[in-house]
Amino acid sequence: MARAIPTSRRLAFTALAWIIGLLIFFPIAWIILTSFKTEAVAIADPPVFVNFEWTLENYCLVGLFPEADAQGNGGWLRGLMCDPDTPQRSDYTRFLMNSIVIALGSTLLGLLIAVPAAWSMAFVPGKGTKNILLWMLSTKMLPAVGVLYPIRLILIELNMLDSKGSMIFILTMINLPIIIWMLYTYFREIPVEILEAARMDGAGLKEEILYVLTPMAVPGIASTVLLNIILAWNEAFWTLTLTTVDAAPLSAFIASYSSPEGLFYAKLSAASAMAIAPILIMGWFSQKQLVRGLTFGAVK
Amino acid sequence: MSLKTVLGATTALAICAAATTAFADGHATTITIATVNNGDMIRMQGLTEVFNETHPDIIVEWVTLEENVLRQNVTTDIAQGGGQYDVITIGTYEVPIWGANNWLTSLDDLPESYNIDDLLPAIRGGLTVDGTLYASPFYGESSMVMYRTDLMDAAGLEMPDAPSWDFIREAAIAMTDRENDIYGICLRGKPGWGENVAFITATSNSFGARWFDEDWTPQFDSDEWSNTLNFYIDLLNEAGPPGAANNGFNENLALFQQGSCGMWIDATVAASFVTNPNDSEVADRVGFALAPDNGLGRRANWLWAWSLAIPASSDAPEAAMAFINWATGPGYVEIVAEREGWANVPPGTRSSLYENQAYLDAAPFAQMTLDSILSADPTNPTVDPVPYTGVQFVAIPEFAGLATEIGQVFSSALAGLMTAEEALAAAQALAVEEMDAAGY
Repeated sequence: MARAIPTSRRLAFTALAWIIGLLIFFPIAWIILTSFKTEAVAIADPPVFVNFEWTLENYCLVGLFPEADAQGNGGWLRGLMCDPDTPQRSDYTRFLMNSIVIALGSTLLGLLIAVPAAWSMAFVPGKGTKNILLWMLSTKMLPAVGVLYPIRLILIELNMLDSKGSMIFILTMINLPIIIWMLYTYFREIPVEILEAARMDGAGLKEEILYVLTPMAVPGIASTVLLNIILAWNEAFWTLTLTTVDAAPLSAFIASYSSPEGLFYAKLSAASAMAIAPILIMGWFSQKQLVRGLTFGAVK
Repeated sequence: MSLKTVLGATTALAICAAATTAFADGHATTITIATVNNGDMIRMQGLTEVFNETHPDIIVEWVTLEENVLRQNVTTDIAQGGGQYDVITIGTYEVPIWGANNWLTSLDDLPESYNIDDLLPAIRGGLTVDGTLYASPFYGESSMVMYRTDLMDAAGLEMPDAPSWDFIREAAIAMTDRENDIYGICLRGKPGWGENVAFITATSNSFGARWFDEDWTPQFDSDEWSNTLNFYIDLLNEAGPPGAANNGFNENLALFQQGSCGMWIDATVAASFVTNPNDSEVADRVGFALAPDNGLGRRANWLWAWSLAIPASSDAPEAAMAFINWATGPGYVEIVAEREGWANVPPGTRSSLYENQAYLDAAPFAQMTLDSILSADPTNPTVDPVPYTGVQFVAIPEFAGLATEIGQVFSSALAGLMTAEEALAAAQALAVEEMDAAGY
């Protein structure tokens, strides 16, 4: 029988959870608030929280409301929301599309490689499986800058600098150890007897992975996918050093608003808010799957 | 219409569209310009369409990056011959080193209309290696004193055009009113070779100090350096804002604009920010003076120019040259003035701008900016002779890394974590180790 928790303790835990949650969320809330301020209000001392004249100017400037294209299509929202004198400095849509393509592409490619790899290590472990797992993890301990030059030289030779294809491949390779480790952990929780039963019923390797293993591991795969998308979305070192125009994602978009000489906090905040918004929305709608996957097998 | 027909027609249309685009692109040259995020550069980016009116065959792509990221990306790209950029924005620190390494394309072929002799000598000298111009200045800056005229009056003092450090200290203490959050002086304290090291190095020049002697022996154990660092720390402790060790250009700009600084010694480019009534609460109460000195023949002002250059790896040097000629030629300021007013033209590069009455009327800080730039000499920056060029930096490849470490030591001393003497001893040890390792 479950032990009853006193109401006072429950309330205290709830309050503590809220305080911790709000503390963690505060920087994001502050970025969002600052994005609606003028530069002068953004640096005001003491800081102004909500009692200021809210403006969409920063969002207009960083390109949330795109201008009409060369044929005159679109731009009506900009006409409604923005002062005609406010120029549009960035092509947000281009950066956003690059982020989506690179994050989704690297995640899908990673899954294609990681699912069979994790399956083999979880269900057909060999003598060296543990060593291979540790070796894969050890590659994450290498400072990224240590391999920057060789990778750049290879891309120059292949004429693939500033290409979405190369970024998908590189981010896949960078995140692959984590994907394999996560999937391996989830797969280990699935009783091998179920797979054996499927084999006795005539399932081949393909059917076993596709129709038995994968459906049972969906929460784990879903959380792996979500985590990998977040990692790829937030990646800045490789995207900033290997892309310029064609493949530049939202990390480059944010970097373009950082300045050591001149106050651009409000604009930088608007750019940051627009860069994190898609991933924040995705995380909000998939939080149930994410939590379920991350706690998968935690309680037996 | 069958699905097959629709698919066929769509494919044909797509092929036609692709072919048309390819044809159009085949007649145009695309140049990628890497630049930093500041007001003048953003304005240039916004005027791309004006450039395209006269150069419709050149497509301009912009890559705007934070200064340090830009420096790292461009260095890597040039060193490896990546060819990602056709025009790069670099400073006076990089040009002598990169030019000597043959990483940059000579700009000696700029057309006569560029009027190279109009460039300010100090700026031109900082961008020239062995008589060859390797970068064209887009805007130039020095540093000067910006001060609150009302607070100076209230303190019963009058700022001379060329103040001494003793006067600055006296005025800073007199203007400080901690109860009302007014601090006599705001200076850079945030660690970084472009932050506190730039300011302290320029200050050290006016105290007779130098980074290295003629044999490249570090000089942080000299009395001149001790005087410099002790003065800087004492001044900020007596009359600076709390947490000065965390303040860089932006933090001090915010403090000054809110009325919390009596004086601020920093880049001349800040003059247009602090006098802009849209952003600054004290816009109508700002005066300017030359950076201070100690009567030793060197003032504490620096020299910097953000300039446009063509990396040797560019595959479109002609188009890049055309852009540089447009953006840094004499006609560019006219374009900016016509569209955004004379106060917004990029300053500090050409003599003709300071002979233009419309500009002098619109920019009350113009003459002081010019005087500050002219009084800086990057080829002879210190009281005693040195083997390097650069006023607030030493134009050697090792400087950025070494100065970043030394900046952290100086910032720690300002924060009270160590004494000035301990900081200088640490700086000396760092410099000796670095220079030995580099084989100087």
